[in-house]
Amino acid sequence: MSAHADTPAIPISFKRRAHDAVHDAQLRKNFRGAMDFLMAKRAAQFPDGDELERLRAFGNRVRARALSKLPDLLQRLEANLTRNGVKVHWAETVDEANAIVHQIVAAHEAKQVIKGKSMVSEEMEMNHYLEGHGVDCLESDMGEFIVQLGNEKPSHIIMPAIHLNAGQVASLFHDKLEVDYTEDVDRLIQIGRETLRRKFFEADIGVSGVNFAIAETGSLLLVENEGNGRMSTTVPPVHIAVTGIEKVVENLRDVVPLLSLLTRSATGQPITTYVNVISGPRKADELDGPQEVHLVLLDNGRSQAFADSELRQTLNCIRCGACMNHCPVYTRIGGHAYGTVYPGPIGKIVTPHMLGLEATRDLPSASSLCGACGEVCPVKIPIPAILRRLREENVRPPAAEPHHMRGQGSKYSRRERYTWKAWRTLNTSPRLYRLFGLAATRLSGLIPADIGPWTEHRSAPKPAARTLHELARDHLGED
Amino acid sequence: MSSPHSSVATPQATRLAPPLAGARNYPAQKPAEVYLFGTCVLDLFFPEAGMDAIRLLEREGIRVHFPQGQSCCGQPAYTSGYTDEAREVARAQLALFSHDWPVVVPSGSCAGMFRHHYAELFHDEPATLRQVEALAARTYELAEFLLEVCRIQLDDRGSPIKVALHTSCSARREMGTHVHGRSLLSQLGQVERVDHDHESECCGFGGTFCVRMPDISGAMVRDKTAALAGAGADAVVSADCGCLLNINGAFEKQQQSLRGEHLASFLLRRTGGKSDGVQS
Amino acid sequence: MNARDRILGKLKQSLAGTTPIADDYDDALLTAPWSYPAEHRVTRLCSLLQAVHGETVLTTAAEWPARVSEALASRGIDELLISPATAHGQQFAGYLALNGLVTRLKAYDRPVEQWKDELFFSTPASLTGTLGGIAATGSLVVWPTPAEPRLMSLVPPLHIALLKASEVVDNLYQIMQTQRWAERLPTNALLISGPSKTADIQQTLAYGAHGPKELIVMVLQDA
Ligand code: SF4
Repeated sequence: MSAHADTPAIPISFKRRAHDAVHDAQLRKNFRGAMDFLMAKRAAQFPDGDELERLRAFGNRVRARALSKLPDLLQRLEANLTRNGVKVHWAETVDEANAIVHQIVAAHEAKQVIKGKSMVSEEMEMNHYLEGHGVDCLESDMGEFIVQLGNEKPSHIIMPAIHLNAGQVASLFHDKLEVDYTEDVDRLIQIGRETLRRKFFEADIGVSGVNFAIAETGSLLLVENEGNGRMSTTVPPVHIAVTGIEKVVENLRDVVPLLSLLTRSATGQPITTYVNVISGPRKADELDGPQEVHLVLLDNGRSQAFADSELRQTLNCIRCGACMNHCPVYTRIGGHAYGTVYPGPIGKIVTPHMLGLEATRDLPSASSLCGACGEVCPVKIPIPAILRRLREENVRPPAAEPHHMRGQGSKYSRRERYTWKAWRTLNTSPRLYRLFGLAATRLSGLIPADIGPWTEHRSAPKPAARTLHELARDHLGED
Repeated sequence: MSSPHSSVATPQATRLAPPLAGARNYPAQKPAEVYLFGTCVLDLFFPEAGMDAIRLLEREGIRVHFPQGQSCCGQPAYTSGYTDEAREVARAQLALFSHDWPVVVPSGSCAGMFRHHYAELFHDEPATLRQVEALAARTYELAEFLLEVCRIQLDDRGSPIKVALHTSCSARREMGTHVHGRSLLSQLGQVERVDHDHESECCGFGGTFCVRMPDISGAMVRDKTAALAGAGADAVVSADCGCLLNINGAFEKQQQSLRGEHLASFLLRRTGGKSDGVQS
Repeated sequence: MNARDRILGKLKQSLAGTTPIADDYDDALLTAPWSYPAEHRVTRLCSLLQAVHGETVLTTAAEWPARVSEALASRGIDELLISPATAHGQQFAGYLALNGLVTRLKAYDRPVEQWKDELFFSTPASLTGTLGGIAATGSLVVWPTPAEPRLMSLVPPLHIALLKASEVVDNLYQIMQTQRWAERLPTNALLISGPSKTADIQQTLAYGAHGPKELIVMVLQDA
């Protein structure tokens, strides 16, 4: 498969893509339908609001506890995985992570890699990288497979091909796989199954992500419905798991609440078809399973988020996707418009640490701060508060100390700062404020009918004849 | 964040989510006097709604004080990332409420600013923080105050009407105002509240969001107005002036006759009060 | 310094002067809502499995081979991947012999590399044991062993699992604790809650994505 040309790694023109997406009726319809479906599925899994809230609080505590001892847990994880025969690698950047994967690939003279679903591998653009080194990477998750076939990127972290409807997949299969056009979903899935089956055992290496890395037992836990994750981690002789450094939990039992929150929040399932706990390569007396298991722990900006206790909460994320399913912005523009691997609310708060604020400067503004994301997040990440904080980092003077983030001050503008300072002066001086109110009401006829972005979709607001200050003073007297 | 398990003293300590908030305790007695914080949008664009709020409170036998020094709660700067500017504007409002009377706010998101965000603004000024916490404890959104503190009994004098209620997102999520609004409307015998499609979804206002992201915000307000218009309602009410500005602007642009009205004006008019609640 | 030390160094520095959050694990929250009267456990497990297209057969320790045989016959399947090293493998072989049935029994008795093609393309059905079931989520606990390797429950299009009713517990937390998982996890431990499926095309559920298209759970009520 060739490189993905249509979504650049650096989201330079978010507004442009958002504009196009908003005007794409088919896309709007696909997303609205899909999001409504996923919201209803989730709601049905949490009939008891009290249980939900207590479980979210518990999920938050479990994740926060893990982060509060993250370096220790990572070392315990490493020690226990090593004891179990898993090789652990560390990478600060995606380049380092890709180089590690490539080394393993080269050591085995591997030509064919089969992948289970892994957002971290998307973060690394692993397919692109390995293809550049003559190694074929094939996605095996049905959604990822479809997206790869169409030379696209995932538009959702859980449902990668959610932007397409059955007809669009049918056309794609017809064009690329040269099969008869059919919109029958069962048939389409069987075509996918048949195409990929042989690939599983031809592959030299299987790559997967990780949902939870368990320090106590040195285990990697993966959830999935299709079985491709189990295939990718079992059939090829070598398994490479890639994950972010935040994915570790302390004890095996900690996965119980997180698993329940994850599957119910993500797809509205009580549990996924498979929960696959891997604690080592094939033993001498075993007849299958990989001979080698590797874990690549990737930082890629996470340690920057970790350095600030407010931003650190970003790393609670268990990648359930509920925040995007409930996001009115994501529902309108879909995943591709973000131009980032992680779209939606979680993408807006995590990507600035990965790519820097320069490259993601519009993302924190692309929210009405309605709070739908924070309300459903199973680990209670205060996403709106973090978005607000990122806006603050965005407009701080670039050189101001302390420096929390790469790309601080990317939206810094003297003019805008002066405007807000003037706003402050106006609103801290009662006399000025009242004068302003008088002027605005008396001169409201001067407000032009076209005031930029507002009047594209609305009439210009008209100040009333007199302010409440005046009306209240007449009625109540000076107070 | 306050929790027995985190080391509160260290700012670098890993944060836990705040403990689950229990139901708010309301005073047993209706107070004799209250402050009204009018909010900046209402001041300029919906002053009649502010007057209607005052009349509703007065009808409950409460004396209303409107500090003339008030301006804005600071939210526009706060949500835009201009925290210092927001803090100074917030500080100016803090000085206005010297008596311990309740502060009633006819706009959910501004009430939420007092109740939830001032504490963040002043988290490292202990003396101000105490003042802020005291203010938060006596701040009420108007519908909440009428319902839970005044225990108002509304007597509907109007003819049968279908009403759709829009609640701003921050009001819904930080203040639970949709419950209060619904409950007040349900006291009106001739008023049938009708649901609208995706009722809990944002109207697309979001303060500066609507001008920074006009395409997305425009798509949101078009969907919201379509849902409201499609609900078969004769009237639209809301207790949030930002949303009203947005929704009414869109209705007008689309040349629809429907307009949103502030809940205070609607309630006053339905119960025989004289409202000058001209729809803006 | 290598990447490992740099990453750990940064993380440690960020936590300087802080104390870790205490482990106040709330097991009641994970057990109380997920507890059932003993007589309801199997019913719940079966209905959850059926809801995701799993088939459940209530049978007994003596009769299940006949039920398995019927299930195979009704699908026109004449061979079964089953381990001769397990008690259930021997029982099923005994049943076939006694009844003069011709179902071909295949053993997973060599490393997968030596018979991948056959496993992937000419093995229509498998039968494995389980370590128990979970009523809360309708899940089977499967820990692959040398006798019943990992792919046995994954590659054949039909997977038949034996489940003793007495080994159906309320919830995951409970079975983790009673079976002491944290001390003795195998190289691969699985929860299986239905046949393989996907909703990746327009949220439309389709079964048999990459794993078994069918899962039949034989519930041995007297075992
Ligand atoms: S931020 Fe929360 S809701 Fe969004 S993907 Fe992460 S865990 Fe899920």
